[in-house]
Amino acid sequence: MGKAKGWNPSRALVMFLLIIYSILIIYPLIWMLLSGFKDNQGLFLDTWGLPKTWLWENYVMAWKQGIGRYFVNSIIVTSVSVILTLIISSCAAFALARFDFKGQSVLLLIIIGGLMLSPQVSLISLFKFLQKLGIYNTYLALIIPYVAYRIPFTTFLIRSYMLSLPREVEDSAYIDGCSSWQVFSRIIMPMSKPILATGALLTAMSCWNEFMFALVFIESDKFKTIPVGLMNLRSSLSTNWTVLMAGLTLSVVPMIVMFLIFQKQLVRGITSGGVKG
Amino acid sequence: MKLYGNKKTALLFIAPALLFVLLFIYYPIVQNFFLSLYRWKAFGEERTWVGLQYYKRIAQDPVFLIALKNNFLYALISIVFQVGFGLVIAAILEETFFRRFQGFFRTVFFMPSVISITVVGLLFQLVYHPSIGLLNNFLKAVGLENLTRAWLGESGSAIFAIVATSQWQYIGYIMLLFLVAIQKIPRGLYESAEIDGAGALQRFFYITVPQVKETIIMTSIITVIGGFKVFDEVYVMTAGGPGRSTEVLATYLYRSGFRNDEMGMASAIASIIFVITFVLTLVQLYVNKRIAED
Repeated sequence: MGKAKGWNPSRALVMFLLIIYSILIIYPLIWMLLSGFKDNQGLFLDTWGLPKTWLWENYVMAWKQGIGRYFVNSIIVTSVSVILTLIISSCAAFALARFDFKGQSVLLLIIIGGLMLSPQVSLISLFKFLQKLGIYNTYLALIIPYVAYRIPFTTFLIRSYMLSLPREVEDSAYIDGCSSWQVFSRIIMPMSKPILATGALLTAMSCWNEFMFALVFIESDKFKTIPVGLMNLRSSLSTNWTVLMAGLTLSVVPMIVMFLIFQKQLVRGITSGGVKG
Repeated sequence: MKLYGNKKTALLFIAPALLFVLLFIYYPIVQNFFLSLYRWKAFGEERTWVGLQYYKRIAQDPVFLIALKNNFLYALISIVFQVGFGLVIAAILEETFFRRFQGFFRTVFFMPSVISITVVGLLFQLVYHPSIGLLNNFLKAVGLENLTRAWLGESGSAIFAIVATSQWQYIGYIMLLFLVAIQKIPRGLYESAEIDGAGALQRFFYITVPQVKETIIMTSIITVIGGFKVFDEVYVMTAGGPGRSTEVLATYLYRSGFRNDEMGMASAIASIIFVITFVLTLVQLYVNKRIAED
């Protein structure tokens, strides 16, 4: 198999194309990062070059102009949504994976069937409904729909994992007189840690990045999350592009860092579902 | 089996999930159909029965056709680039020779899909910017000055510029699904083909493609459904303009509801999106089932 390891012209060409494509992906991101340190003149006159003086003030200004507040809002909305989604979904997954009862498959279908329905369709009626519940324009206006729309996939994910767990420990725990709740919280949950991490990661990503609900269900600036906040920043900065780029850079850092650290868990989740987003 | 048969306990565990899903996913969908039969405003209680009037209006609205056409374009281009290139890149990265570089390229290509669409949209708005933008500056640098234009400002190029941004973001995502599918192909198939003297292209067309057929179908359907759900990129980059040239169904819905304050009209558009995406999803389920039976 010596042949398989060596370079030849066609391999070199393919490698060249792969590198070009990598540059196409990475360069705009680096451009965003570097432009965040320039002033507008530097951006105009020398789009490609490094900043002549590194304007850290841009980042500070972007943070003060609102990114800071939007950051806090995103953290609140995302973390509460993740916790609620995981608790509710793992309970449901437990019932669907570790019990046998009549009507189980119907309930499974109802919950996982939620995956088939796209959020756009309920945008208008949810808006109305959230108004009626009196939680329009609060954190709950985002948290509740996010949790609802994440439950189907997360339940599906956790259930498939729980189905693969052995029953022995659980059997003896029941025989020793443990309640279902004890079995769930002391045996099943600890055993499911890897899939819970995956579920948490995917939910966090989708809540952090969600735009449409955040645009429609929140009105006041003080509750806005990063994606919609960035739109505000764009209009308030008008042509102050370099500060906007600083703001964009700040807002992607958490996701990129999370991705680089937890790549393995993320990939597992995505490929087990085949669902976008 | 008695241990696991306690229905009451099971129902208790499942109740919160059921409540959330029924109240905030199913109920709004049903409610939406009723709301599309009334004239009503975003704030206020008043509503007037109009029947199917909004549906008639949509059918005659040229913007509806523009939106439908753009969604279709989105779906079509996404299949070619995301599914097509995604598969080819995955096959290359799984070649014995390139596998040692796979970690790096996989990370780089996948990275854009973890970034929010808003950030990508705002970034590309600047990339496409007529004077400060990377694209025009690049074209000038390589002597293609006559190709420079206001990419998002002209109705001829705007929708393509937006679609291109989506491809930039999601090719790596679909590639990842293919990587996993290709890894499941028995190695022996490739080895014996190699002994028979099959080249890389032959191995791709005669082994890889037939073996990942299911994933090709699945990803095609995911991308088509995605093409009909697109909202964020368009709203962020052009909000449907210039004119109405980049309008898609979801921005058409948003504009009707929250710009023109015709919530009934918006509900009617939502119902149409529901029918389209639901039918596509049923096709997906049917295909998945057929594949599982094979």
